[in-house]
Amino acid sequence: MLGLNKKDTTLLIAVAVLTMFAPFFLNPFPSDSAMAQFNAGYPDLMQRFVIFGIFAIGFNILFGLTGYLSFGHAAFLGVGSYAAVWIFKLFTYNVVPAIILAVIVAAVFSVLMGYVSLRRSGIYFSILTLAFAQMMFALAYSVLSNPKFNLTNGETGLQVYPNDPQMFHPDSMQDFPHLFGLYMNSTYTMNVGPWAFDFNTGYYLCAVVLLAVFYLAIRIFRSPFGMMLRAIKSNQTRLNYTGLNPRPYTLAAFVISGAYAGLAGGLMAAMDPLAGAERMQWTASGEVVLMTILGGTGTLIGPVLGAGFIKYFENIFSKINDAVLHQWFAFLPDGLEDFVVFLIHPFVGKGWHLTLGILFMLVVIFLPGGLVEGGQRIGKWIKSRGKSKDTGPKTEPAELGE
Amino acid sequence: MGILEVKDVGKRFGGLQALGDVNLSVKENSVHAIIGPNGAGKSTLLNCLVGKLIPDTGSVMFDGQSVLGRTPYEINQMGISRVFQTPEIFGDLSVMENMMIPCFAKRDGSFRMHAIENMMSEKDIVEKAEAMLVDMNMADKRDMHAASMSRGDKRRLEIGMCLAQEPRLLLLDEPTAGMARADTNNTIDLLKQISDERDITIAIIEHDMHVVFSLAQRITVLAQGTPLVEDDPENIKGHPKVREAYLGESA
Amino acid sequence: MDAILLQILNGLDKGSAYALIALGLTLIFGTLGVVNFAHGALFMIGAFCAVTLQRFLSLSFETISETEKDFLGNPLKVETPYVESWFGTEVGSSIIDWSVPLSILLAIPIMMLVGLIMERGLIKHFYKREHADQILVTFGLAIVLQEIVKYYFGANPIQTPAPDALSGVANLGAWFGFELAYPVWRIVYFCFAALVIFGVFAFLQFTTFGMVVRAGMADRETVGLLGINIDRRFTIMFAIAAAVAGLAGVMYAPINPPNYHMGMDFLVLSFVVVVVGGMGSLPGAVLAGFMLGILESFASTTWATTTIPGINQIIIYLVAIIVLLTRPRGLMGRKGVMEE
Repeated sequence: MLGLNKKDTTLLIAVAVLTMFAPFFLNPFPSDSAMAQFNAGYPDLMQRFVIFGIFAIGFNILFGLTGYLSFGHAAFLGVGSYAAVWIFKLFTYNVVPAIILAVIVAAVFSVLMGYVSLRRSGIYFSILTLAFAQMMFALAYSVLSNPKFNLTNGETGLQVYPNDPQMFHPDSMQDFPHLFGLYMNSTYTMNVGPWAFDFNTGYYLCAVVLLAVFYLAIRIFRSPFGMMLRAIKSNQTRLNYTGLNPRPYTLAAFVISGAYAGLAGGLMAAMDPLAGAERMQWTASGEVVLMTILGGTGTLIGPVLGAGFIKYFENIFSKINDAVLHQWFAFLPDGLEDFVVFLIHPFVGKGWHLTLGILFMLVVIFLPGGLVEGGQRIGKWIKSRGKSKDTGPKTEPAELGE
Repeated sequence: MGILEVKDVGKRFGGLQALGDVNLSVKENSVHAIIGPNGAGKSTLLNCLVGKLIPDTGSVMFDGQSVLGRTPYEINQMGISRVFQTPEIFGDLSVMENMMIPCFAKRDGSFRMHAIENMMSEKDIVEKAEAMLVDMNMADKRDMHAASMSRGDKRRLEIGMCLAQEPRLLLLDEPTAGMARADTNNTIDLLKQISDERDITIAIIEHDMHVVFSLAQRITVLAQGTPLVEDDPENIKGHPKVREAYLGESA
Repeated sequence: MDAILLQILNGLDKGSAYALIALGLTLIFGTLGVVNFAHGALFMIGAFCAVTLQRFLSLSFETISETEKDFLGNPLKVETPYVESWFGTEVGSSIIDWSVPLSILLAIPIMMLVGLIMERGLIKHFYKREHADQILVTFGLAIVLQEIVKYYFGANPIQTPAPDALSGVANLGAWFGFELAYPVWRIVYFCFAALVIFGVFAFLQFTTFGMVVRAGMADRETVGLLGINIDRRFTIMFAIAAAVAGLAGVMYAPINPPNYHMGMDFLVLSFVVVVVGGMGSLPGAVLAGFMLGILESFASTTWATTTIPGINQIIIYLVAIIVLLTRPRGLMGRKGVMEE
C-alpha cells in the first residue's frame, strides 16, 4: 500500500491507529479516580507528544541515517516558531501559511548552517552546530530585540498584540490560530460514565501532520537516497571512491531534518501563538538527541516512542510532589515512609532533569539501541522461553527451515 | 600512449622526498604491477593517482585528461576504481545494498536526489547488482550483513563493487596482504578472470612476488621514490638493480 | 590607550577561565581521546567547593548576650562562628575572610577524587565507543551533576566574596602615569591561572611522567607497546585535568557568584576555544582561551555594541566558525587529530 512493503504498511497503520485514538488510550483511568494523575489525554500534552515526535523523526533522518550528531536542531524549531508567529502578527491567524512559512524559513536556515557545518565531520561537526545554535539563541534572546529592530521580542517572547496589523484577520473571528475557522484550542469532551475523553482540533491537526511526515520518513528510509545516507555513516572513504559525493547527500539530509524541526516549531506556535528563545537553547537540542536515542537511533518508530516517553514522564514526574509521595507510601511504617520519600524527592517534581540525565546515561551505557532494541530483546527472550517451554530445544533444527 | 600516463611526478612531505620524477605508462587492457621495497613510495604514488594526494610537480593523465586537482569521487567517475589494502566496504549494509551503491553511482553520477522512490523498484539497478553478485559467486550471501563476512569474501565484494562501475582502470593496493595462501590463489584467479573477460586495465601494487609474476604483463620497480626499471616480467626477475633494491632493504 | 589596556585586562580573567577549562579538555582529549562534555560541570563543582567551605567555616552557634539588648528590649542573640570561638575572634574571622583561597587546598583532593571516580567509573568504558556516544554519556553526566548541585544549593547565584584585602580596586595606571582602576581579585585570578598553566606545562615538560603522557598523546599505541602502563597514567592525567578545571572554578567564584548552570555556560565556549586553538594542542588551547576572552571584552565596549548591537554575545561563535572554515585544524592543530 502507498508504495510500502507489508511491514512498513503495518507500522504506518499502527501509528495511525495510535494517534487517531490517542485520546482514548491516554486516558485509561476514570477522571475522578486516584490514578487520574497518570492520564495523559489532555490536549496540551497530546499536542506536545506529537510535535516532539515530528521533531525527533526529522532529527533521526540526519543522526540515525548519516551518524552526524547535530547539537543545534532546536534552533530550527525556534526559527520556525518565530516565523509562524510573525504570520499571525502580520497577516492572519490561519495556520496553513504560518506552518508553510515556518518550514521554509527553517529550511533556509538549515541550508546556511548545514553548508558551513558539513564541511567538517565527527566531533567538529557537533561543535560547529552547537556554536551556530548558541549564536542563534543569543541573536534571538537579545541581539535581535532592540528597540530599533525588534524581531524576536527577547526575553518576553514574540506574541500577538491587539495593535498588530493582522491584515487578513476578520474582526468577527476569535483571536486564536485556526484552520479555516476550526480553532486550535477547541475541544470536545466526551463523557462515558466516569471517563472523560478530550478531542482537540489542534491535536488532530498535529496528528495528521505527524502521519504525513512519518510516511515521508518511511519513504526516505527505503529510498536509494536513504541507502546513500546509511552508506555515509558506514564508510565515507568507500563512498568517495565509488564516485559519490557525500556532501550534497548529507546537506540534503540536514535540510530535511531542519525542515522537520521548523514544522514542529510552526505547529508549536499554532497550538499556542507564542515563540520564545528558550526553545532554541542547546539543552533543548540535547533533549531531541535524547528522544531519538532513547527510542532507537536509526529506527523508524524509535523517535516517536522516545518523544512520547520523555514528554509523558516529564509531565508525570513534574506533577509528583511530597504530598503525592506520602500518599503513595502511606502503607509503609512512618519512619520508613519518610525515608523513602526523602530518597525519591530529588528525582521528582522540579528534579525531573536529574532523572532525565540519569536516564540519558543509562540508555547510552546499557541500551545504545534504545527502547526498540529493548523491546526486541524482550521479545526474543519471551520467544526463546516460550519455545523451550513448549517444545524443548530438540526441535531447533526445524527452525532452520524457516 | 597508455591509458594512464604519469609524468615527472614528485611529492614531498616536509623534508622527505616521497616521490621524485616518477614516470609511468600503463597500456590499455594490460595488467601492470608496481613493486618495490617498503617505503619506496608505492602508496604515495597510488594516492596521487586517485586524488587523495596532489603531487607537487608533474602530471597525471588518464585517457588524455588530467586527474590533478580533482576529488576522489570525480576521478572515480572518470573511470578509475580503487581496491584498498584492507577491504573498504559498507559494513553496516547488506551485501546486496553494497553492490547496488556502485550501480547507482554509475547510472546517476555523483549525486542524485531520489528520496521518494523505492530502492527495490529500481529494476535495472537490482538486476545489475544481482548479476554482479552471481559473477562474484556471492549470490547466496545476498542478504548478509557485509561486516559479518570473512576477509576473503569482503575482498571479493569490494572487487565486485569496483567492477559494477565498469571502470576502465582498476587500481589494487596489495590486494592479497594478510591473506592465507588459498585465499591469495583465489584472488589471483579472480583477477586473471577479470582481466581476460573484461575490457579493463589493471594496475596493481604488490609485495608478494608470487602474485606479481602470476598476473603482471608489465612491471615497474620503484625504489626510494623513483622508478628503477620498467620492463616485462621475465626481464625483471634477474635484473641486478632490482636485486640490489630488495637485498639492500633486507641487509 | 588606557581604554585598550582596560579591555585587554578585562578580557584576561574570562580568558584565564577559558584557557584553564580548555587546557583540561585538551589534556583529556589528547590523552584519552575522549570528548568530555562534563568538563564544565567540573569547573562548576570547583566553584561550589569554595561556596561549601565558606558556608562551613561560617557555621555559627547562637548565644544570648548578657549585656546587649535589641530594640525591643529583649536579650540580643549573637551568632558566633565556631571558628572564631576556637581560634579567637581575630584569627577566626580572617580564616573566614580567606575562605576562597583556602578552598584551593580543599578543592585539589576533591576534584582529583571526582576526576578519578569519573574516569574509572564511567569514561573508561567509553574509550572504544564512538565519539557520539562519549559526547552523549558525558552530556548526561553533566546534566546529572548540575542538577545535584541545583538540588542542594538552589537555583540562585551564591555570593562568595574574596578576602577583604584582595577585593578592592587597584590603580594599575599609576605605573604608566594614567588612571586605570582594576579589581585586585581579577589580577589575582590571572596570576593564579598563569601559575597553574605554567605548572601544567612544566609538569608535562620536565617530569618523566609528563614525557610519557606527551608521548602517549602523540602515539598511544606505540607507547603502550613499550610496556608502560599508559592507562594508569592517563587516569592520573584525567584527575589532574579535573583539578585544573576545579581550581579555575574555585577562584572564579568571587568574580561571578556561582550558580548551577555556570558549567554549561562555560563548557560551550570552552569547546569553541579548544576547536579554535586546534584540537589536541595544549598551547593552542591556552592561546585561543586568552585571545577569545580579550576579543569578547573588546566586543563588549559601548563602541562595539552600538555599531553592531549584541556583537559581544556572538563574537566568539563567529570567530570560531570563521577559523574552522579557513583553518580547519584550528590555530595550532596537529595533523591527524580527529580526522576521517
